[in-house]
Amino acid sequence: MTTISNETLRRTPFYENLKASGGKLVDFHGWELPVEFSGIIDEHNTVRTAVGLFDVSHMGEVLIEGPGAMGLVQRLVTNNAAKLSDGQICYTPMCYPDGTIVDDCLVYRYSAIRFLVVINASNVDKDYAWIMEEAKKSGEAPGSVQVTNLSDSYGQLAIQGPAAERVLATLTRTDLSSIAYYHFVDPVEVAGVSTLVSRTGYTGEDGFEIYVPDIDSAKAGKVWNAVMEAGRPHGIKPIGLGARDTLRLEARLMLYGNDIDETTTPIEAGLSWTVKLKKGVEFNGMARMAEQKASGVARRLVGFEMVGKGVPRHGYPLAAADGSPVGQVTSGSFAPFIKKYIGLGYVKPELTEVGTPLFVEIRGRKVEARVVPTPFYSREK
Amino acid sequence: MYPTDLKYAKSHEWIRIDGDDAVIGISAFAAGKLGDIVFVELPSTDTPLVAGESLGTIESVKAVSDIYSPVSGVVVEINSALEDAPETVNDSPYGDGWLVKVKLDGDIPVDLMDAKAYEEHCSTEE
Repeated sequence: MTTISNETLRRTPFYENLKASGGKLVDFHGWELPVEFSGIIDEHNTVRTAVGLFDVSHMGEVLIEGPGAMGLVQRLVTNNAAKLSDGQICYTPMCYPDGTIVDDCLVYRYSAIRFLVVINASNVDKDYAWIMEEAKKSGEAPGSVQVTNLSDSYGQLAIQGPAAERVLATLTRTDLSSIAYYHFVDPVEVAGVSTLVSRTGYTGEDGFEIYVPDIDSAKAGKVWNAVMEAGRPHGIKPIGLGARDTLRLEARLMLYGNDIDETTTPIEAGLSWTVKLKKGVEFNGMARMAEQKASGVARRLVGFEMVGKGVPRHGYPLAAADGSPVGQVTSGSFAPFIKKYIGLGYVKPELTEVGTPLFVEIRGRKVEARVVPTPFYSREK
Repeated sequence: MYPTDLKYAKSHEWIRIDGDDAVIGISAFAAGKLGDIVFVELPSTDTPLVAGESLGTIESVKAVSDIYSPVSGVVVEINSALEDAPETVNDSPYGDGWLVKVKLDGDIPVDLMDAKAYEEHCSTEE
């Protein structure tokens, strides 16, 4: 990917498009990206009711290939890559041997000997180094697995919302309706550019992620402009990082660094469904996961909504009804579509029942909240 | 560009003098920088205010900002409509998005700016 450094900040290939669309650019983990365009609330609701376009090129991609690929992937992640069909994707944490989380990622299975692992922008270097180290330790014969960091050569867009398929369908001859949720096709020609298209996203809406390999600014401009033009009759808008965060929070999707990190396990985070203890091969963190599934955990991630007036935010203390400290808010915000003030936080298991009262300490004041079921929002199927 | 009947503080609050009282709000510049406002925390009536000190907070989706009182006085009225409609501050920062009304105590500070000086001040902060 062509990145033009602005002193310290990196730019994605879509930078000119973001600027031309009026993006308010900020430093996001070393990338110059828009926090908003027309406004976080407007962008959020546009994705929920129509369609929005995100530049997500800062995400990372690591290719794992060779006869040893399946073995390596299975050891790296908690989910079961052997159960995926070719063209299928799974969401999975990647753990350390002690069960804490290196990163959460998507594993795209091309075949049993070829996987694309999509990772968070904030963790690209860490994850790549970790995967390389694990590959060396691999029981497979040396040279049986190749690990390539393709993060710099991929650009990526996400088109999300109820109208996403209708819009993207006008730009490709591929039958998008045949791409099921958490499946992908590669290649798919979009606006004349060869891409990988998956029915995935970070918003809780229907939509697609479009990966452009060997991207340059010409390809980027072509795809961006084509999607924006095709989306115009549907009211498409460019969407920034602010709305990306409020959308994923409503859908209870994890944000690494907030809700999960190197001190949390997938069981504590409510991601037990991604941990396949019976997949038949040992994976990093397996012993701790098994122990936690059997004996329980000391804390669990719950969703809550404010009852009193105030905005819960990352780091704010959480207290039980009796005032005793029980944890911290990991993510919190005004939720623009459901129009509530919501958050996630780790609490003792006794306090996880829906309806349990909690207090969020907001600048010295204890404000009432209550545990609610998550996700906070689900789209109509 | 900025209403000429108001006086402005460096921290982007405005006041409108109304007899012995002053109405306080934040400028369109400040509201624009904040983005969508989702919560406003105001003092209760009868709270004494000191010029230059925080009287409450304005929260956007992404940030919490202190509101600094441009004047000294006592709170006589707060804009309770903002409780259910904080976005009014974005929509009408000089009108329906007003924050508090104070009964002035003493003279208004001399370093409050007129609209023209405030506009210049904003251009240095861009």
